[in-house]
Amino acid sequence: MNPALVAARAGLSRGWIEFRQTLTTPRDLTSILLTTGILLTVVIWTRHTHVPGTHFSLGTATLVSVLALDIVYYGVVDMGDLMVVDREDGTLLRAKAIPNGMLGYLLGKVVNFSGQIALVFAIMLLAGAFLFTGLAVGSTGGWLTLAWVLVLGLFATLPLGAVLGSLFPSQRRAGPWWLLMLTGLAAISGIFYPITHLPVFLQWTGQVFPVYWMGLGMRSALLPNAMAAVEVGHSWRHLATFGVLSAWAVAGLVLAPPVLRRMARRESGSAVAARREKVMRG
Amino acid sequence: MEDVLDVRDLRMRYGKTDVLKGVSFAARRGEVLALLGPNGAGKTTTIEILEGFRMRSAGEVSVLGTDPAHGGEAWRARTGVVLQSWRDHAKWQVRELLVHLGRYYAAYSTESITRPWDADDLLETVGLTAHARKRVRNLSGGQRRRLDVAIGIVGRPELLFLDEPTAGFDPEARRDFHDVVHQLADRDEATILLTTHDLDEAERLADRVLILAGGTIIAEGSPDELTRAMSGVSEVRWSRDGQRFVHAADDATKFVRELFRQYGESVEELEVRRASLEDTYMTLVREAEHGTPRRLTVVAA
Repeated sequence: MNPALVAARAGLSRGWIEFRQTLTTPRDLTSILLTTGILLTVVIWTRHTHVPGTHFSLGTATLVSVLALDIVYYGVVDMGDLMVVDREDGTLLRAKAIPNGMLGYLLGKVVNFSGQIALVFAIMLLAGAFLFTGLAVGSTGGWLTLAWVLVLGLFATLPLGAVLGSLFPSQRRAGPWWLLMLTGLAAISGIFYPITHLPVFLQWTGQVFPVYWMGLGMRSALLPNAMAAVEVGHSWRHLATFGVLSAWAVAGLVLAPPVLRRMARRESGSAVAARREKVMRG
Repeated sequence: MEDVLDVRDLRMRYGKTDVLKGVSFAARRGEVLALLGPNGAGKTTTIEILEGFRMRSAGEVSVLGTDPAHGGEAWRARTGVVLQSWRDHAKWQVRELLVHLGRYYAAYSTESITRPWDADDLLETVGLTAHARKRVRNLSGGQRRRLDVAIGIVGRPELLFLDEPTAGFDPEARRDFHDVVHQLADRDEATILLTTHDLDEAERLADRVLILAGGTIIAEGSPDELTRAMSGVSEVRWSRDGQRFVHAADDATKFVRELFRQYGESVEELEVRRASLEDTYMTLVREAEHGTPRRLTVVAA
């Protein structure tokens, strides 16, 4: 038996166990349902407004774009946050003390967060089908686009989340940064309003980050084709979407191993104990 | 036979502070070694270097034939680690966690060692069968500690590190734990390196005790040998005519002979107590801290 393969399989089952725990831990489940519920409510408010220059519901367009925000929220913020927590309570050190434990740990995280994102997607799209008009959920091509954007989006975000999570010294210090990053990105990535209505330099800034491209990809998958008219260049720009998301994925995958290794190397019993003491002292 | 642990002139320096100033020791297969010492003596630093969790400043270290700074996953699979305190995996169920963490070792079975340890058997061994389906966060402190020990040995380690393993154990849990350690060392021939503050525990468990103070090993030997070599003073108690006496004697045998010669049959309730390991330990550490260390090595006869 190949040890790495054994660990990979253990990692997959680890992810499934963790996902199940998320669903059966009231606090975790409430937090997922609450954030999803709040986003849905916000979107429902704009249901009867039109996307400027069209007769299409802004609410429907936003509902679809918000899916991109969900990927970033779970893939970067939640992933990063959990890495910080796992470092504090010794879960990472435990992974280090077990042969190939880090591999299993990271795979487990990928599976767990993919599961959570799938759950949130299902809730949003189900709500969308009943409460919103204009969703183009009938075509196979649309679902295929959704699938590759989602998978590429996970590759673009999860390694990044792991990297950021291993850089923050403690959970409490990380909190404000996550919020700032998330709202900042949402504002310049055309999630709640078409990016073409922003000042040009903000449009360019927004297009550097993966959120915009994931949002664009989601809109191309789930909105009628005619809606491409309000996008940059009046096109869904699939090739560019693929290119930019791939670039982020490659950057994350290249950056993550050495950063994680460096972080793991510094983990020891006394490091975990010292961190805990700091937390308790306040 | 090849030594499982071989440490030569190990040095560790943080900034300008020397924490370890040349530590040397070795351990054979199946040997239980206790590392004793006051806080800040460098016990945890030493054990973390051997675990491969910390880089050393200088010296040669061989753990299971490999430098722990470059130990790969196959090497990792042969070691077990129980830290001072773990709080990880709080949402997991006890048995579920043991089964999961055991899986990683399955690829590292050898002809003589089947890895991992069967989860139900292991739960029975550490006395957690009744709590198998409990979530880890709902365990009491002592139960959590038992689980830590179980996780540390789920891969049937050839070398087990135990950092203060029984802190917070009640007497029964402590006895159970000692049974597990004896079983590991005797039946499975695992080498065990443990740090402890509890001298009684060191005396009970260890084949050999290393006393670490001020960054060096100031004494080394079996608990009995150490006590014998260091017991400069014994305590003699007796009563005569209903009155009780205590005397600290350098040579207890000579003192008692003298006592009988002088008072004969009126000496009653005679009791001679050799200095305990604790007394020995306190003396050694005090000497080390006052800058007059003596290196004492007792070689087993």
